[in-house]
Amino acid sequence: MSELVVVLPLLIPLIGAIILLGGARSLRFQRAGTVVISAILLAASIWLLIVVDAQGVIAIQMGDWAAPWGITLVADRLAAIMVAVSALMGFSVGLYAISDIDDERVRKKFFPVFFVLLFGVNGAFLTGDLFNLYVWFEVMLIASFVLIALGGKKDELEGAIKYVTLNLFSSALFLAAVGILYGEVGTLNMADLAVKLENYQDVNLIICTSLLLLVAFCIKAALFPFFFWLPASYHTPPAAVSAIFAGLLTKVGVYALIRSQTLFFRPLFDEVQTLLIILAVLTMVTGVLGAARHFEMRRILSFHIVSQIGYMILALAFMTPLALAAAIFYVVHHIIVKTNLFLVSGVVLHKKGTADLVKIGGLYKSAPWLAALFFIPAFSLGGIPPLSGFWAKFAVVKSGLEVGQWVAVGVALFVGVLTLFSMTKIWGEAFWKAQPEPVDGFQATDKKVSGWMVTPVVILTVATLIIGLFGNSLFAFSERAGQQLFDNREYISTVLPEAGITQDP
Amino acid sequence: MMEILLALFIGLLFASGLYCLLRRSVVKLVIGLILLSQGANLLVFTAGGLLPGSPPLVPKGASVPNVPIADPLPQAMVLTAIVIGFGLVAFFVSLVYRAHEAVGADDINAFDQTDT
Repeated sequence: MSELVVVLPLLIPLIGAIILLGGARSLRFQRAGTVVISAILLAASIWLLIVVDAQGVIAIQMGDWAAPWGITLVADRLAAIMVAVSALMGFSVGLYAISDIDDERVRKKFFPVFFVLLFGVNGAFLTGDLFNLYVWFEVMLIASFVLIALGGKKDELEGAIKYVTLNLFSSALFLAAVGILYGEVGTLNMADLAVKLENYQDVNLIICTSLLLLVAFCIKAALFPFFFWLPASYHTPPAAVSAIFAGLLTKVGVYALIRSQTLFFRPLFDEVQTLLIILAVLTMVTGVLGAARHFEMRRILSFHIVSQIGYMILALAFMTPLALAAAIFYVVHHIIVKTNLFLVSGVVLHKKGTADLVKIGGLYKSAPWLAALFFIPAFSLGGIPPLSGFWAKFAVVKSGLEVGQWVAVGVALFVGVLTLFSMTKIWGEAFWKAQPEPVDGFQATDKKVSGWMVTPVVILTVATLIIGLFGNSLFAFSERAGQQLFDNREYISTVLPEAGITQDP
Repeated sequence: MMEILLALFIGLLFASGLYCLLRRSVVKLVIGLILLSQGANLLVFTAGGLLPGSPPLVPKGASVPNVPIADPLPQAMVLTAIVIGFGLVAFFVSLVYRAHEAVGADDINAFDQTDT
């Protein structure tokens, strides 16, 4: 039974993709099937979350090969919450894609590829083996490559080239690090690595591989100075695609960083701590400054992904139970809010024909409901109490003060103010000011927006409100998950019962 | 001896791959990525340890193989990585072709519409 609950989040998107490929002729079948399959996936992921929270870490060995040799799937609280949130994003974005994705793209098998993407993302969260993590990354990447280039327009292809190049480069680094690590330690099972690296004598080569992996994951997570591919590509595909990318893909990189630094590179963490703090601070600052100069909604939001990633990595770099809880809470909050903001920008794009802030305006008057739906996630991102972003930032700041990182905390607060500046800029330009005269002969339209596009925005906004107003249970969960990461013995002893690591004395 | 030769060759692959990546031609971008991924594959293979002439096979009549045997796992990983790399490169080549048609130039500096 416990095996099924871990495997289902992988099986459902895979079978879903195959079913949708089989019924590829009927566009109606594709769209209806997407909603049904993603709803089933959401239910299965919530089941996994409940089971893991009640029972602790679940590890299963595929094909019954014992741990260091077989393919291991592990679900701890962090993996389970990530799977659950990505399923929620899959469901919302799937709903949104029903009307956002045109028939041409549906005919080009948009929806099967969408499920392959979710398959790869869930696999990356659930695997317990470093080489398998590489394979899941590639599954996820190839699906994302197809999604980003599917339209075949000039800017989409240009963005895709930049996106693909940097991601393939990081994959090559990842593979090289995996190879060296295997040659040195002789295992790639993450729990086994953690045991073997605990008292490792010759650490120099291990530090090298740790840094190689750090660079590879930093490229995926879009950390300074490796983030340039992200704002160059995320604004080109349809809103549904950039929303799911913005929510999930960089967070898989963040997850890989959290997992590697808390589990098997933990004995060497002191070597990279200062580096991580510096990278995180620079990421926050450059991201938010990049956003300040742009006047296109999705470009602004893309840069804010970068700056928010900085907060998560900053929390990871503090490496206390509270800081890890803050990182997890931040990731969950950010996935929901950022996906939602990209969906809102897509609604604006559909309504007005452009998301260029110079050319649009008057949305507060013509669509007050949309203004409310933008207001909540935007100011949650900026960290206004009592919305979810406030609690996320509060937890990061509190954990930073506990370890005495005054400078980093000061920068984090300052970046929060600049984030608010960007959000008020969008608010003032798109919603508050009157519709401007045509710019360069471009007259913004005022079309009706399909209910399919508004429903997921409402769902995610309600989720943000719930996290903000009744955030206790989620934060308590994050604290349990952070504790599980900080004290990784439960993870190791579940995967490797013979390793002789005892849980709490 | 073989390890040193292979190590030098891996270094050469990485260096020439990076050099090609930094050129302005999009086609050289593809070549650079291919060289890099092959360098990484060869690195996994070499780092796993080279033991010529000792395949991981059980001789006839015995129940365990004669030690020492070559570790089959890095080879399995390299095979997986080669297949993945092949698929990605095939995709990337077609993407570059389409992008070249759309932009009408081989120069990466012409790909500036999405710049930030």
